[in-house]
Amino acid sequence: MTILLAEPDPAFEPFRLLDRDGSLRDEAAVEPDIAMVEEMHEAMLRARRVDERLLSLQRRGDLGTFAPVKGQEAAQIGSISCIGDEDWFVPSFREMAAALWRGQSLVDLLVATAGWNEGLATRQDARNLPPAIPVASQLPHAVGIAHAGRLRGEESVVLTYFGDGATSEGDFHEALNFASVLNAPVVFFCQNNGWAISTPRARQTGSRTLCQKAHAYGISAAQVDGNDLLAVRAVTREAVRRAREEGRPSMIEALTYRMEVHTTADDPTRYRDDDEVEKWRARDPINRVQALLKARDQIDDEMIAALESQIEDEINKAWDDAKEQIRELEDGVPDAIFDHVFREPTAELDRQRDLFAKLERRDDG
Amino acid sequence: MTIQVLMPALSPTMEEGKLAKWNVKEGDAITSGDIIAEIETDKATMEVEAVDEGVVGKLVIAEGTEGVKVNEVIAILLEDGEDASAIDAAAAPKGNGGAPAQAEKPSDSGSDVRHDAPVPAQPAATLPDPEPEQAEWPEGTTMKTQTVREALRDAMAEEMRRDDAVFVMGEEVAEYQGAYKITQGLLDEFSDRRVIDTPITEHGFAGIGVGAAFGGLRPIVEFMTFNFAMQAIDHIINSAAKTLYMSGGQMGCPIVFRGPNGAAARVAAQHSQDYAAWYAQIPGLKVCMPYSAADAKGLLKSAIRDPNPVIFLENEILYGKSFDVPDLEDFTVPIGKAKVWRQGTDVTLVSFGIGMTYTLEAADRLAEEGISAEVIDLRSLRPLDRGAVLRSVMKTNRCVTVEEGWPVCSIGNHISSILMQEAFDYLDAPVINLTGKDVPMPYAANLEKLALVTTDEVVEAAKSVCYR
Repeated sequence: MTILLAEPDPAFEPFRLLDRDGSLRDEAAVEPDIAMVEEMHEAMLRARRVDERLLSLQRRGDLGTFAPVKGQEAAQIGSISCIGDEDWFVPSFREMAAALWRGQSLVDLLVATAGWNEGLATRQDARNLPPAIPVASQLPHAVGIAHAGRLRGEESVVLTYFGDGATSEGDFHEALNFASVLNAPVVFFCQNNGWAISTPRARQTGSRTLCQKAHAYGISAAQVDGNDLLAVRAVTREAVRRAREEGRPSMIEALTYRMEVHTTADDPTRYRDDDEVEKWRARDPINRVQALLKARDQIDDEMIAALESQIEDEINKAWDDAKEQIRELEDGVPDAIFDHVFREPTAELDRQRDLFAKLERRDDG
Repeated sequence: MTIQVLMPALSPTMEEGKLAKWNVKEGDAITSGDIIAEIETDKATMEVEAVDEGVVGKLVIAEGTEGVKVNEVIAILLEDGEDASAIDAAAAPKGNGGAPAQAEKPSDSGSDVRHDAPVPAQPAATLPDPEPEQAEWPEGTTMKTQTVREALRDAMAEEMRRDDAVFVMGEEVAEYQGAYKITQGLLDEFSDRRVIDTPITEHGFAGIGVGAAFGGLRPIVEFMTFNFAMQAIDHIINSAAKTLYMSGGQMGCPIVFRGPNGAAARVAAQHSQDYAAWYAQIPGLKVCMPYSAADAKGLLKSAIRDPNPVIFLENEILYGKSFDVPDLEDFTVPIGKAKVWRQGTDVTLVSFGIGMTYTLEAADRLAEEGISAEVIDLRSLRPLDRGAVLRSVMKTNRCVTVEEGWPVCSIGNHISSILMQEAFDYLDAPVINLTGKDVPMPYAANLEKLALVTTDEVVEAAKSVCYR
């Protein structure tokens, strides 16, 4: 019998350069730039320690709800290191490691996570968007920014992040479709961390891979071991080059794992097995890059300990500064809540602000 | 100084929880990162880690206690060199001491005057500052007759000539010259670089537009109708209206979302809805809803130049209606300023958009019956020109509002609320809000007419507030 309906053909194998013991695979034809690897390793380690501190500060009641990054450091640092200042970073809400790489200060991060927009007020000309909480809404924005860049005659590229769950949103499909139709220079970087809150990847879509969805829109795609710093960087560099030079979008699916909670508002022990977490703990992206550096005699346990201690000092100092700033903000005039609703306040907002200030004064008295 | 350990909030909604277990006892030395307790909420069990170093001086809340409020002091740590006597000095009832306070105030605070002393409505003792009636164009300006459709097209073309960052995108806007021919001629003049036909995805191109605005352009996004913009409302409200605020003033979104809004003729329930009140409620959005061709042109030019997202609500039936438009090189109308179409002394009729059609007809008929109606066209719904309404009602002492949208939480309701709070003593009759009927739009022609506001209803309401 003639078969008229073709089976889906997801011929993807995750691309990998670095084995778990830190040895390079044959695919890695050239020796990695070790100085760069060292810089990225430090960024990964810093993100890990900051993440842990954010969690304990949140548990103590000092910070608001946030989404930890633990386990996804290689996926973020390996990719974000491929774009420059002229390019755009368009995050979802879990890209703390990438945001630090882009220059967000620890103090700003802490102030922002404590709930103050003042912590987000980075450089005017920094091409970094604030976190987007509605899942996947940042993807059409990324395409719009990329298209605007082209219309303005720039060669800038947009790197945007999202998770496995986001691929079920209409925004994802609309963004890919537009990017393809408009030839927008966007790199769609999917961190498939296995879980959308409590929904496992298998319940998210019937597709064997997430990256195969890009093919339906005429977009090139790759699947990569997201805990392999070198592989993530190699694939992203190619995607960025293609976007910049040929004006073509692409999608990368990085296979990684969320080793922590989805956000500080949930409890993963209720929906996933400890065995699974243990399995991924053995694939920790930081251990892998440390194994590589040790094998190259670039680092030893003593140097790692010194680096850890230096990072702890940085964090302590940043938290001291942040606390001071937060205290000033808390003691300040709370009518700042009326700032930035519009570029210039309207008469109605001024009226409400005056009324509010009167109430506050009565509160104090 | 002792350190107070507070009951942590484990989720944004958590108000209280159970202190399930202490992992430390009094006298234990702890360091940052030690797990000191386990907390249970209805959602989850979580471990509490110490952030500070110290010696556990006192476990204030006993293990197993349920209903421990967030921010309550659960333990006190002693710092180096302190002894237990420091505890009494520090054991204040509320946990506001050394630890940074939560952003949210405890709602049981007795000093919160908002509960026991509501702000009184402030009867305005005097009229708001009279605003001199400024002519909208210089005396002697030549006028030309234009439809609203042509005026909108001219507004876009003029702004596109003026600023290279302005572009139009939407379904059918380029090759087909617009589903309602509003973009007629734009493709020829500005090419497909700036007049962009999109795939059929309102949500998609609204999001692309928002991104383009982030990226430094000034997009005009045309919705074939605002009924279809329902799919795009997440980008309008969560992205366009929020980003300036959520970026601490760094990333603005100068964008215009425009298209026909409200009922046309015989297009049924899913295609005949007025979203004026919906969008007017959202902080961060500006909302315009013009009636005349001159206002359509002047307001759209202002909207395109505005650094904030603007919702521009047009009307399919008004598109073909002709008005006088000043023949000026650069005519703009400020957003947030109402227009008095007709001076009067007996009753104030407040309307906007197509509601003005019924209102002006009614004013003519009322004049024949000896009632002098003042007619105000709001033109902008956010910001709303409350001064114009107040000034007029303080003169006429009566008010009727007219709109095609639904009655619950309507623009008219909002006007009534303003008048109640600021002009209560000036009112000689209750304010009447005329709206469309509280039903989905019927498809049948006769029922459709009945579901909308009618001129008869406006006349009737105006007479009733005048006790005639």
